[in-house]
Amino acid sequence: MKIAPFWIVSILLFAAGTYFAATVENQYYFFAGYTILQATIMATAWNILGGFTGYVNFGSAGFFGLGAYTSVALYTAFEPPLIVMIVAAAVVCGLLGLGTGYLTLRLKGVYFAIATLALAIVLETLMINWDYVGGSTGAYIITPERVLFFPTYIGYLFVLMLVLAIAAVAIARYLNSSRVGRGLAAIRDDETAAECAGVPTLKLKLLSTTVMGALMGVAGAPLPFFVTFVEPVSAFNLLVAVNAIAMPMIGGTASWIGPIIGALLLGSVQEWAKVTISSEWNILIVGVVLVGFITLAPRGIVGLVQALRQKARANGPATA
Amino acid sequence: MFTLDLFLNAVVAGVMLGGFYAAVALGLSIVFGQLDIVNIAHPAFIIAGSYVAYMVNNAFGIDPILIGVAFMPVFFLVGVAVYGIYYAGFERTGRESLAGLAFFFGLMFIIEVALILTFGVDYRLVDAPYIGETLHVGVVDIPLRMFVPFVTALVMTGVVYLYLAKTFTGRAILAVSQDRLALRLMGASPVRIKAIAFGIGIATAAVAGALLIIIGPVEPSFGRLYIGRVFAIVIMGGMGSIGGTLIAALMLGVAESFVQTFYGPSWAPLVAFGVLLLTLAFRPQGLFGRL
Repeated sequence: MKIAPFWIVSILLFAAGTYFAATVENQYYFFAGYTILQATIMATAWNILGGFTGYVNFGSAGFFGLGAYTSVALYTAFEPPLIVMIVAAAVVCGLLGLGTGYLTLRLKGVYFAIATLALAIVLETLMINWDYVGGSTGAYIITPERVLFFPTYIGYLFVLMLVLAIAAVAIARYLNSSRVGRGLAAIRDDETAAECAGVPTLKLKLLSTTVMGALMGVAGAPLPFFVTFVEPVSAFNLLVAVNAIAMPMIGGTASWIGPIIGALLLGSVQEWAKVTISSEWNILIVGVVLVGFITLAPRGIVGLVQALRQKARANGPATA
Repeated sequence: MFTLDLFLNAVVAGVMLGGFYAAVALGLSIVFGQLDIVNIAHPAFIIAGSYVAYMVNNAFGIDPILIGVAFMPVFFLVGVAVYGIYYAGFERTGRESLAGLAFFFGLMFIIEVALILTFGVDYRLVDAPYIGETLHVGVVDIPLRMFVPFVTALVMTGVVYLYLAKTFTGRAILAVSQDRLALRLMGASPVRIKAIAFGIGIATAAVAGALLIIIGPVEPSFGRLYIGRVFAIVIMGGMGSIGGTLIAALMLGVAESFVQTFYGPSWAPLVAFGVLLLTLAFRPQGLFGRL
């Protein structure tokens, strides 16, 4: 019966989001909301590989940018519906993730992390030199005036992102709590021991990297329609990669809920800082918060709460 | 397109560039190669070195290389401090893999954004009498703004090599990656030795940064391109071998120079990262591996 609350909350969120998008006039909320939801998907995806399986991916921006550029390429070719582009981005980035998964055969820890960073820059260079999608000058996207019953296009994108984020979290939650999740945790804690105990490590790692890649591609696919102008430097922005690492680290990497807490918290702070201070300071905040959290609270907010609860439980009988 | 002149010029330009890359990768070769600390922020420290050279050069007109050398002690102390945090936060508690990586990733980000906040995103450059002069040797042109960094880089690499090979501390640095217990029995504290080694690694960034800004204008996010280069060089060079680092740097420089000459500059970043990915995938122990 533990399943029920998650889905009830999801449906409520979806209903609230749709109502919000259909009625609220101020577009700023949707821009901010979209950014935070995009970060939620990225953080959730990163955590499937980074938190559950223990492989650090520095190249999140590569998957994200490739997803965005899949959309741009399809848009240039024959302007299919957005949903087709999202599926295509999931497939392309999922395949890239699968390839990355085979890298884990030879590369552990640090080497894997550096390889993913290299991958992101290779992809960026390829896009800079690929004139079909605009090359280094970028590509413009013309968005429709409105879709379905939504008064604004950004409202529609917001609800779309909300659905994608819920789906991403549901996948992460399933992976976390199922047999697969226990296998991934075994790989994280000791890959050799897991292999010896009969855990199909390669299969699970490939699953983990593929799902991560596909989700990041999905997060990036609507980007061209959100910003209406895409160029390689902004699509492969390092901030995307830093956020994807910082948010799970802040929330807590061990469970599916950590990245959401981190994304909501850090995402909101960033939006607030962007409006009230300046966009450079908002970037600095991410860096400082990331370094602060991993140094002082390695298990994130979830870990802090658990520690507090344990303390309360330990003190409980004595005071009662 | 393909003429002998062009070929010779590409080779010479590549060797110059490669020598400079050796200076850039030298610090990481010690820190990553010998201490196994993944200082992904190393290029960011180099950019910080470039901006120090820019500031002092613009204010007082001193030679950038002199500024780099003069600021080595400052960078050394910064390095010792960063290692202190790293040791207390990660290495002592055995969390260096995932959290340590993210720590340096965040540090790189902080340095970059701090530079943007202070100096903006404009390109900055320095003044020195040799910038703009060119030597002509037969058909080959050697710009002095490449030649001076090349020579400086070779000297610095040589000095570090001799220091590691001849002095007690230098040998202790080489020993710390091999056998900590034995090192302790020889009367040296591994933590102190590692702090010194890390400091030296960061100190080389002061000079490398000065060289970088002599070669061309610099802006804060420049460091990212160098992440692939420095790690490609250190890993190809066999993790911590100074000679291997120099050879790998020269090879990468020549390769990049060829791509730049015959395919165009926008493809050049791909060389380093491509080489890095291939090395990692097929020969992680490097060409001159210590494995």
